[in-house]
Amino acid sequence: MKINQDKCIACGNCSYVCPMGAIYVDPETKRSTINADECVECYACYNGLSQEALPPRTARLMRRFFAQFALRFEPEPDICPTAAFEPDHLEWPRVVRRAFSDPRVPHESTGVSGRGTEEVKTNDVSGRVKEGEVGFTIELGRPGVGVRFYEIEEMTKALAAIGVPFEKNNPVTSLMANLETGEIRSDIRDEKVMSAIVEVKVPVARTEEIIRLVWDVEKRIRTVVVLGVGVRCDENGEDKLVSPILARLGYDPHRAKTNLGLGRKVLRDLSAHAAPGMAQVSDVPAPEAAAPRARVTEDA
Amino acid sequence: MTNTLHRFGRAESFYDDYIVFALPAKGKASGQQGDALAVLRRFMEIAREYKPVNMGDALHGGALRPTRTKNVFRHFFKRNKPDMDKVVRGMTKAGTMAVVFDNKAAAEAFVRRIREEDFGISVNVSSSVENGMACCKAAGVPRHSLSYSLGFEGIGDNIPNQHAMMLSTMCGHGMIAHSMAKKMVDFVKENRRSPEEAAESLQRICSCGIFNPSRAKRILEDAKVGRKT
Repeated sequence: MKINQDKCIACGNCSYVCPMGAIYVDPETKRSTINADECVECYACYNGLSQEALPPRTARLMRRFFAQFALRFEPEPDICPTAAFEPDHLEWPRVVRRAFSDPRVPHESTGVSGRGTEEVKTNDVSGRVKEGEVGFTIELGRPGVGVRFYEIEEMTKALAAIGVPFEKNNPVTSLMANLETGEIRSDIRDEKVMSAIVEVKVPVARTEEIIRLVWDVEKRIRTVVVLGVGVRCDENGEDKLVSPILARLGYDPHRAKTNLGLGRKVLRDLSAHAAPGMAQVSDVPAPEAAAPRARVTEDA
Repeated sequence: MTNTLHRFGRAESFYDDYIVFALPAKGKASGQQGDALAVLRRFMEIAREYKPVNMGDALHGGALRPTRTKNVFRHFFKRNKPDMDKVVRGMTKAGTMAVVFDNKAAAEAFVRRIREEDFGISVNVSSSVENGMACCKAAGVPRHSLSYSLGFEGIGDNIPNQHAMMLSTMCGHGMIAHSMAKKMVDFVKENRRSPEEAAESLQRICSCGIFNPSRAKRILEDAKVGRKT
């Protein structure tokens, strides 16, 4: 990402919007500037801020004028008043930053969409985690800290050392140079990303071992770790295997994603069996053409 | 992704936070067949009847999105408001579709209706464990699978700027910066913005529509008077 220095009026809005705190107003140039080493190319500044079209020179003049009277130019907090952000063309390995940080782009570098997989969200169809198994999502860098790949490697090497297989379709796995050792490709080790998820699946008996390992590695790396634990419930919808282990380790999980088990291999054919009184699929207006920035309202 | 899972806050702070989302099982290995986009579009159409506080298409965004303009005078106009229909109209690809409710009755009624519709698509409820269990009970189904959040290692409940943390973690993709959430808390405390306006500013930044503006407004009201949540 770059900031067009001719357009920027140094209002400072973007410095608050950057999740990594990598944007600041340079006192010499009097323009917003990005610390490229800390920027994770999440595009929160470009996509998250509304963009307006105030003429930069006039806006600067107004700011200086108001400042003379101790008054302040105060645009809405979530806009860039002069649309000063411009996406950069990203080359390898920097493109990896965006793939792990901007949720709107697929993993062009890895060929996998999202930072992780479907975990147990589609377990009712895929059967990925069976009774007696536990699927771990070990997310590093979140919230708002970020993580470098050499820190992720600390975790993957530790997991590999105890013989835990990695989830094949996970983006981190696809960037490993050696699946047996958990070694990450050397050309991306210094790259920083918003967050990355390491996914493994083990028998329930190894639950405590994995959690203790995460505790140990977490103390050695300078980022935050958040653990997700995926389990298959029994026929009564209860989890009697993993929750006692978590309680023994001092956890009292109060938030969870609950899969209702409504999925199956063949979806309902809506074209033939639409329920009465409901809009037919064909009644819904045709979507606008998909564009890379289709999520942004265009009114000009 | 775990973007709805790891929200910061105690169990009781999720009483008005239900994210119901549907997604197709991807890949040949899953073996799922059928028109997932049509099913998801119907899922979202039905959701509109239950008055959600936000809806989102992971690809295109939520009900309240940033705007772009080349009109100089747009700066002086009122801001845009949430548009749920735009989310449904804009769906182009079968991905994760999320609906956010701020009350138990609506969430449970919606889940019950979706079960009756029998779409065959995977549906999850992201909320407190108890809320998820209650939704299953309302739908008359046992829980199939669970994904527990064990919380942020080393970050306890009583931290400085607790309210900002609760707001920023409502976007699990990390798009809502902690500093922006703190700025909105400060704006509300200084009476420069109402809690609603501050919540809308944060909601626009969330890129997939899972931000809960009702919960955000409540958190900002608590933050304004220094009340712990």
